Amino acid sequence: MYGTGIWRGMWITLNHFVNTYVEDVKWGFKRHVPTEAFPSRQGMEQRGVFTVEYPDEKIAVPERFRFIPFLVVENYDHPDRPGHDWCTSCGICAKVCPPQCIWIVRGTDPETGRPKPEPEDFHIDIDICMNCGLCAEFCPFDAIKMDHDYELASYDRTGNHIFDKARLSKEFRYWQSIAPTVAEKEAEARGGWEHKDVLKARAKEAKSGS
Amino acid sequence: MSEQAPVVEHASPTDDALSHLEARFGDAIRRDEREGYDGLLVDPARLLDVARAVRDDLGYDYLSSATAVDYLDKGDHLEMVYHAYRTAGGPPLVFKAQTPRENAVLPSLCPVWPGADFQEREAWDLMGIRFEGHPNLKRILLWEGFAGHPLRKDWKEPYFEQENKPFDSRWPDGQVWRAEEHNPYGRNVQYPPGFTLEGYQPPAEEWFEEPIPGDMDVQRDLNSDRLIVSMGPQHPSTHGVFRMMVKLNGETIERLEPVMGYLHRNHEKIGERNTFIQNMPFTDRLDYLTSLSNNFGYAMGVEKLMALGARYSPPTRRAEAIRVLMAELTRLVSHFWSVGFLMNDLGAFFTPMMFAVEERELVLDFFEATTGSRMMCNYLRFGGVANDLPERLRSEASLINDRVRDFNTMEYLWEMIFERLPRAVDQFDEYLTTNEIVTNRCIGVGTLTREDAIAYSAAGPVLRASGVPYDVRRAEPYSIYPELEFDVAVRYHGDVYDRYLVRLDEMRQSLRILQQVYNILKATEGEPFFSGRGGMYSPRIPAGESYGRVENPKGELGYYVISDGGQNPWRYHVRAPSFINLTALERMCLGHKVADVVAILGSIDILLGEVDR
Repeated sequence: MYGTGIWRGMWITLNHFVNTYVEDVKWGFKRHVPTEAFPSRQGMEQRGVFTVEYPDEKIAVPERFRFIPFLVVENYDHPDRPGHDWCTSCGICAKVCPPQCIWIVRGTDPETGRPKPEPEDFHIDIDICMNCGLCAEFCPFDAIKMDHDYELASYDRTGNHIFDKARLSKEFRYWQSIAPTVAEKEAEARGGWEHKDVLKARAKEAKSGS
Repeated sequence: MSEQAPVVEHASPTDDALSHLEARFGDAIRRDEREGYDGLLVDPARLLDVARAVRDDLGYDYLSSATAVDYLDKGDHLEMVYHAYRTAGGPPLVFKAQTPRENAVLPSLCPVWPGADFQEREAWDLMGIRFEGHPNLKRILLWEGFAGHPLRKDWKEPYFEQENKPFDSRWPDGQVWRAEEHNPYGRNVQYPPGFTLEGYQPPAEEWFEEPIPGDMDVQRDLNSDRLIVSMGPQHPSTHGVFRMMVKLNGETIERLEPVMGYLHRNHEKIGERNTFIQNMPFTDRLDYLTSLSNNFGYAMGVEKLMALGARYSPPTRRAEAIRVLMAELTRLVSHFWSVGFLMNDLGAFFTPMMFAVEERELVLDFFEATTGSRMMCNYLRFGGVANDLPERLRSEASLINDRVRDFNTMEYLWEMIFERLPRAVDQFDEYLTTNEIVTNRCIGVGTLTREDAIAYSAAGPVLRASGVPYDVRRAEPYSIYPELEFDVAVRYHGDVYDRYLVRLDEMRQSLRILQQVYNILKATEGEPFFSGRGGMYSPRIPAGESYGRVENPKGELGYYVISDGGQNPWRYHVRAPSFINLTALERMCLGHKVADVVAILGSIDILLGEVDR
């Protein structure tokens, strides 16, 4: 019969409309259903729409999420070297960066004039950065990581979109807090929670001590 | 539905072609003997005849790709490279024609393969090869006020810094600057000699000047007038910034020409400045709905080159399984998007669309947790993938109002592949396939015959809806597709409705593949996802050429990559399916009403990131 196709389609739309509110009914018609309801509302059981009311609620980004790199520095309460850069200014991130948005000034020892494994300055133009994450992937020292803070809107493009070293630096603790399992895997590969160089020095010490 | 005939192994296509054609063409053809190269070098004077022989006598009826290469300082010639395939399947026959860089002229292959039309216009536009006998040779992606041909190796862009990345200014003493403050060429916008902006008229708009026959056309009892309309570029039905110049008789299309290039960024020039690995995230941005299968094609292209070298280990089985998983999920997502958008174009504004992209949400959540990004995934590497599947799709709250979720990855995948996605496809089918409005608008509209589809180099669902069971996954199998069980979706009417049905069929086939891949993933859990050494940001790529192609949701996506043994590709060309599918647009639209053009364009499923590149 002509028109049955349309009505069958309408029936599906109607079902869908009802299903959207099933979860709300289950959790008691609150404007914002409680936090515990979120995984089921956004998960495999949901039959209706997936709308999330940003910014009243946000989907926390997964651990591997990438948005603008940051530099890992030692925790500020680290016993030996608080706030020390993990970066050794080897320049691999700057070389692998596809849009070439990383500028590094390699540190030099003021006495000998020889390069030292520490960046003098580190700039990232976040307007150019394409969030590909290659810098973090190829960094041999786990010193540059992709951040999770995606709310970076600002009023002035020219003034504050080139991040310098101070703006980029974040404690190692921060990386552990946003990506705990990833950080743990990396620590396992390094052989400890500390920076590679620290671990190496420690191993050397232990060897010469014994 | 039909099972494609199994591919018969032949001798190398080049040998085969040489033995057949040598007697007839003698010195006009010879083998390309450069290291790492394959194929025939054809004398330009006989190119048209050779092409005809290749199509008619050897049966290579499908011209997949036609592109130009500039060999500056490596022989100083321009070279046109053609990849021709048999629609029955099998490897390509590559043939090339060379022409000097000054006054580059080659015969056009449009008389043999009309599908060469846009590709030759592109070669003229970007590389400056003039094609004799081309019906409409003018710039396609750039405008007439553009000086020079940008893909030539001696052409430099306004913000030019250095020939190849990585730039020396970045390390070790990076003096940061913003590009617009520091432009070494100054205001270097140039115009071609004799070009003035005053009175400039885009060639597409010259149509307006053309005399329109004043006489009325009488269609039954309707008096109709002729009219020229510029559809787009700012129009929701064009899926982006795309424009069609149409000449109407009443409401009937008499002539149509696509106008594009609004999103052009010279992807290929950027690609040649980049190192090999740096191109990977750029491929995401071609067809931004299918970034993972874009990655796939590029990775395959470069891996083929790496295989020419001594030390090369192919991707591991788990890597291949993950790649196929990602590619097929991408196909589902893209087809959902495209059938949803088709409904939009038919006037069912956004309800079916939203319904279609809903499941996409879950797939993208999975992509985000695995690759780090929802759309710009940048996930494949040469020799595997960047990362294994995570154990759990979990997150940590870091911003205010963050809501946390935590799923087991394999359970999530199982639910998605065996429960949700099949249900969604079935529901979508029930929702729209028999809908009378859909059938009335789609059946018999935009027909493309089998012969035309092949001749116009149409690819993907457009080709398969016209009755050609040609799917790269079967025709020239790659990855683990040979061991997977699936049918090539094919329909025979070649109209909008069949393209819609082919997409639905393909979604079901993708689900079949995914269900098999799920088991392979289960079986290979814990195995390496990357072959070779990790942490190689600049792998050595041996000199040579390669053409990596995959069956993208939009059609055959090919990457023609040439390495000269250095860090950067010498040539990086993308055979963009939606760009080439547009060649047949006029053919499909002629004689239909103007409202149908929107539906036909929707059924081709173009994506402007890929069309304009």
